[in-house]
Amino acid sequence: MNALLLTVTLPLAGGLLLAVVRSLRVAGWLNLAFCLAGLITSLVLAGQVLHHGELVGYSFHVDAFNVYLVVLTTFVGFTTAIFSRPYMAHVCQEGWVSERRMRLYHAMFQGFLFTMLLALTTDNLGVLWVSVEGATLATVLLVSLYRTPEAVEAAWKYFILCGVGIALALFGTVLVYFAAQHALADPRQGLSWMALYAESAHLHPAVMAIAFVFLLVGYGTKVGLVPLHNWLPDAHSEGPTPMSAVLSGLLLNVALYAVVRFKMLVDGALANTENAAVAGHLMMGFGLISFLVASLFLHRQRDIKRMFSYSSIEHMGMMTFAFGIGGPLATFAGLLHMLVHSLTKSAIFVTVGHVSHIAGTQVIEHIRGMIRTQPAVGWGLLLGVAAIAGFPPFGVFTSEFLLLSATMDSWPWLTSLLLFGLVVAFAGLFRYLHPMVYGKAPEGQQAVTANMLPVMLHLLLVLALGIAIPAFLSHWLDQATWLIAGSHLL
Amino acid sequence: MNLVQLSLLEQAVFVLAALILFLSFTLLAQSRLVSGIHVFAWQGAVLAGATALVAASGAHHLFISAGLTLLLKALLIPWMLHRQVRKLELERHVETLPHAALVLMGGAALVIFSYWVVVPIERLELLATRNIISLSLAVVLLGLLIMVTRRQAVTQVIGFMSMENGLFLAAVAATHGMPLVVELGVAFDVLVAAVLFGVFFLHISESIDSLDTDRLNRLAVPEDEP
Repeated sequence: MNALLLTVTLPLAGGLLLAVVRSLRVAGWLNLAFCLAGLITSLVLAGQVLHHGELVGYSFHVDAFNVYLVVLTTFVGFTTAIFSRPYMAHVCQEGWVSERRMRLYHAMFQGFLFTMLLALTTDNLGVLWVSVEGATLATVLLVSLYRTPEAVEAAWKYFILCGVGIALALFGTVLVYFAAQHALADPRQGLSWMALYAESAHLHPAVMAIAFVFLLVGYGTKVGLVPLHNWLPDAHSEGPTPMSAVLSGLLLNVALYAVVRFKMLVDGALANTENAAVAGHLMMGFGLISFLVASLFLHRQRDIKRMFSYSSIEHMGMMTFAFGIGGPLATFAGLLHMLVHSLTKSAIFVTVGHVSHIAGTQVIEHIRGMIRTQPAVGWGLLLGVAAIAGFPPFGVFTSEFLLLSATMDSWPWLTSLLLFGLVVAFAGLFRYLHPMVYGKAPEGQQAVTANMLPVMLHLLLVLALGIAIPAFLSHWLDQATWLIAGSHLL
Repeated sequence: MNLVQLSLLEQAVFVLAALILFLSFTLLAQSRLVSGIHVFAWQGAVLAGATALVAASGAHHLFISAGLTLLLKALLIPWMLHRQVRKLELERHVETLPHAALVLMGGAALVIFSYWVVVPIERLELLATRNIISLSLAVVLLGLLIMVTRRQAVTQVIGFMSMENGLFLAAVAATHGMPLVVELGVAFDVLVAAVLFGVFFLHISESIDSLDTDRLNRLAVPEDEP
């Protein structure tokens, strides 16, 4: 329990402290230290959950499903902090950001981690909503950190679209609470996920179905599901690179986590009605459309960060689709894909930060010859993209393969659409990647000091997950699969 | 449902809820910025009144959120918006609503749509609340419509905040209020959002020299254009 409380409160304390630390050097290191401490406590927490099963108390609820996302969040937060310290110091030296705004940056970085961890661990669906909205508020000023007209526009779009989306999610939450009023013995427990889950068979099916539509649209906006994805490429491309890494690697996951939690409730409520799988079908539809549209959009990008944010939409679509299919195999694939996508995508964004630093631009046409100028960065980009495109030894291949098999099992004719999307996305990524990595470097392009440790760490983990998933991890994912899908895979 | 069977307090809540919807329509058609802010403040006040009536009919803990709503939605946020508008010298700003008749008919269609969405709930024995749910859904959707049809950043924020009013109405009248932690959290989020919106008005007017969000279009350039 202590580990849990520490994991959640450390970033809060860090955020408050960093808001008053004036020295930039100290702030960078402090940020890193808080992230490391958070990582350690979350590992302890994971160990406890692994040994004793779920942890409940103080209206927190940690089980196999969210504890692995907690560890993922603190881990990606930690490696991004390693990257962010020298990168943001450089940005500040270049004069793009004033020192006061750097304070805002560090405080909000921790604040964002706090909202993510709170959203993951809380048992209260209202608090879940508050913290997901809090994540928007924490990051919106970071998207506009550079104060260019483009950045302000991106932030405004992000604010309005996510604000509207999340408002619809609150309406869904109110409806769930409304349904709970008539099903639960103690109506005041009506927002506790565990109490609702225990009684989910008694929740009114029609109310829950309507609520789920609102929740899916609401949290789906944050997941980046088409047609509500417009904010995502803008926010990712205009914000500072460490922010893109955590937005893509963490925020999207947490929003999807919320959708899956609600799906579990709705499935329980609809189990005995004629359209029992309506929640799953909705998720499959939205997921598949997002996947296909985003993979087509990959071909029409000029900005390297926008390109990779469309790739994020594509992968989130795939995960939503996987959870929509339901069943142990697809759920396992979805969980694994959440893990490997976060690791790979944040590694890519970190590399892209170095790449745009070397080239001095984010425009793909002007990024050339990375492997000549700085082999470490060039290879990082190449391997990262190979991993995200689903090349065999990497973990993304494993999860995509599992998803394809699951689709083959239950919806055979959708497999062709999935394969089509995968090929299109693959082509889209590689047609731009090749000249960026191997092209002729422009005169005078110089290597920069780049810390590739986070990237290597992430890619090695993804590689390891692709070759052999360790027994404890597969057991862990299997536990989560059991929670969501109702039966074990392994 | 027979409205006469309800107690007077409940009937009064219905009247106030309908008034909130009416104020949403007023917002939708309002072309003066300052008057829009005033209408929004009145909507907040009526919402606080409805909350207080629900509280009086048994759910006493709702008095706190009634006070909170009155403070936040009827006084603080309108005051903040008003100050921003004065600072940016937009007091006399008039925005003509394009296709006003069409937009208002669209609003009416949204109300009908909200009633249609709630039809499945209707079959429940919880009749008293289904009207409230459809009314508040209509307020939410009208807020959305305001945001879509207006170009002025301040009006968009008013639309956003009136959406929140609709949500709050649903929470209060249909479920007798969310748990206090959640309500405080939501109020906090709304407050922070209001402050951030103020910051953004400044940034936007600095970067494009106006608050017309149609001119925020740098990112919309076709992406394969040189």
